[in-house]
Amino acid sequence: MAENRHKDLGLTDEQVLDMFRTMLLARRIDERMWLLNRAGKIPFVISCQGQEAAQVGASYALDRDKDYALPYYRDMGVVLSFGMTAQDLMLSGFAKAEDPNSGGRQMPGHFGQKKNRIVTGSSPVTTQVPHAVGIALAGKMEKKDFVSLVTFGEGSSNQGDFHEGANFAGVHKLPVIFMVENNKYAISVPVSKQLACEKVSDRAIGYGMPGYTVDGNDPLAVYEAVKAAADRGRNGEGPTLIETVSYRLTPHSSDDDDRVYRERDEVDEAKKKDSIVTFANYLREQGILTEEKETELNDEINQIVNEATDYAENAAYAEPESAMKFVYEE
Amino acid sequence: MAVISYIQAVTQALREEMQRDEKVFVLGEDVGKRGGVFRATDGLYDEFGEDRVLDTPLAESAIAGVGIGAAMYGMRPVAEMQFADFIMPAVNQIISEAAKIRYRSNNDWSAPITIRAPYGGGVHGALYHSQSVEAVFANQPGLKIVMPSTPYDVKGLLKASIRDNDPVLFFEHKRAYRLIKGEVPEEDYTLPIGKADVKREGSDITVITYGLCVHFALQAAEKLAEEGIDAHILDLRTVYPLDKESIIEAASKTGKVLLVTEDNKEGGIISEVSAIVSENCLFDLDAPVQRLAGPDIPSMPYAPTMEKHFMMNPDKVEKAMRDLAEF
Repeated sequence: MAENRHKDLGLTDEQVLDMFRTMLLARRIDERMWLLNRAGKIPFVISCQGQEAAQVGASYALDRDKDYALPYYRDMGVVLSFGMTAQDLMLSGFAKAEDPNSGGRQMPGHFGQKKNRIVTGSSPVTTQVPHAVGIALAGKMEKKDFVSLVTFGEGSSNQGDFHEGANFAGVHKLPVIFMVENNKYAISVPVSKQLACEKVSDRAIGYGMPGYTVDGNDPLAVYEAVKAAADRGRNGEGPTLIETVSYRLTPHSSDDDDRVYRERDEVDEAKKKDSIVTFANYLREQGILTEEKETELNDEINQIVNEATDYAENAAYAEPESAMKFVYEE
Repeated sequence: MAVISYIQAVTQALREEMQRDEKVFVLGEDVGKRGGVFRATDGLYDEFGEDRVLDTPLAESAIAGVGIGAAMYGMRPVAEMQFADFIMPAVNQIISEAAKIRYRSNNDWSAPITIRAPYGGGVHGALYHSQSVEAVFANQPGLKIVMPSTPYDVKGLLKASIRDNDPVLFFEHKRAYRLIKGEVPEEDYTLPIGKADVKREGSDITVITYGLCVHFALQAAEKLAEEGIDAHILDLRTVYPLDKESIIEAASKTGKVLLVTEDNKEGGIISEVSAIVSENCLFDLDAPVQRLAGPDIPSMPYAPTMEKHFMMNPDKVEKAMRDLAEF
């Protein structure tokens, strides 16, 4: 039997199975959204596929009852971990009035849900980074011990807001975890044309914080790194930059065709390292994901996704005039 | 009532709001020990400490963005842009984020931040220390833009901005800081954002303006009164969203409307005021709506000759008022 890695991290069998369940749920919702898009039922999808391990591993390392998440558009695994439901996500996909993210105002992937401390986001990338710093600053002022997790892509790590936010957090020693989900592509532009340094984590030193690069296909490696970063933050030791390296398994979005800029062999090779496959293998080797359990899990998730889809498809759109509401406080 | 300067009114409002509510804090470049390059935050560092009067790294997008994050959490940040000209790196945070946070989250989140910035020229500030930037932000629903003219309005409106549950840009005319003095009550008061204020009652012509130009118009009006020209002066105070009702009322009152700004002429606040008057007051007008503004050149040059050519002053306003009265 392979080495048990999760016990050393303080994770029980139930916890790692729950992590896998959330990863799988994210994948299945995402896959369903593509089907709905190709069937002409929803106008747009932007995918988490290939990044579930990083998203779920990071989220489970936090205190999801008090920490803040500032996700970017691929972070379905983060928001599911923080309490958003499949139904919430489908309501967003169908742009229905009950969508808790925006009431159908924003495209899917623009997450936000105050009750779960998922901070509202926009389309211009990396603007959420200074927000995460501001939330951590507020927590420090109020003498709270939460941390904020902000995620973004490797392309986004070129934006000024990343550098300005990271520097601010470094100077003021704020409990922020900057997590770069390096999926190797910013739409069509490969990482070699995005970064002059070898790793995104190399940028940490400029901001007086440690930087780590971990396998983004390994939820346990991400868990370990983020847990240590959260501990540092809570102890007043300041921010951490973590780069999770995986691969974007889908085109950038439902409007992209990745065949024009990357070889199929490359994608096929990446699929061998897909965390949904590799983490399932680990759990099987540990005797945690039994055949019976796997069938049960697949049936359960299938049912959740079906019900969420049906509910969202049949839910009402916002009234046209409601577009006028909430420009200012009412 | 004490007579204080425009900038003292800023400091007083900040101090009182910080005393009233411990969630109020100030952040910006040089706001701490230095008390601000204009001294707007003078004494606050000693009174409230470095955590609530926060010297930030020199990075405007972070000043705005960190403030927005803190505001979303529930704090009441007052961010200072050292000069309005330097707000440009923060435009994405202000327009894409602050202005849209309530709307895009369907009222789930809000960003009650106040961003203060000194604007305006006539101080040998050249291209990048003289600009009026309000027009950049004045077609962004979700934002409010306040530009007070008197110490009394500064104090009441800055307090109202800090207490407002939506983002407010608060532009202070830097030449008014020490030039303009006025009576300010020592007790707590606020003034309504979104309401213009009649600064002079009159019956012959209407001048609609804001900021330092209000004083130029008032000075011109006193001179013209000696010639028997009675000017009605409306101070917009909030330039976005505009107080349409007061604009229509003031324009209709005399039928002759002069709009004055120190900003460039095209596409500015007064262009919108002109449109409101045109849409609503056609049958009350006795003359074409007139605009008096800075020239359409990029910004105010440094050399005193060229600066003076750009800058608004009481003489320019007086001439435009007389011309309109004689129409």
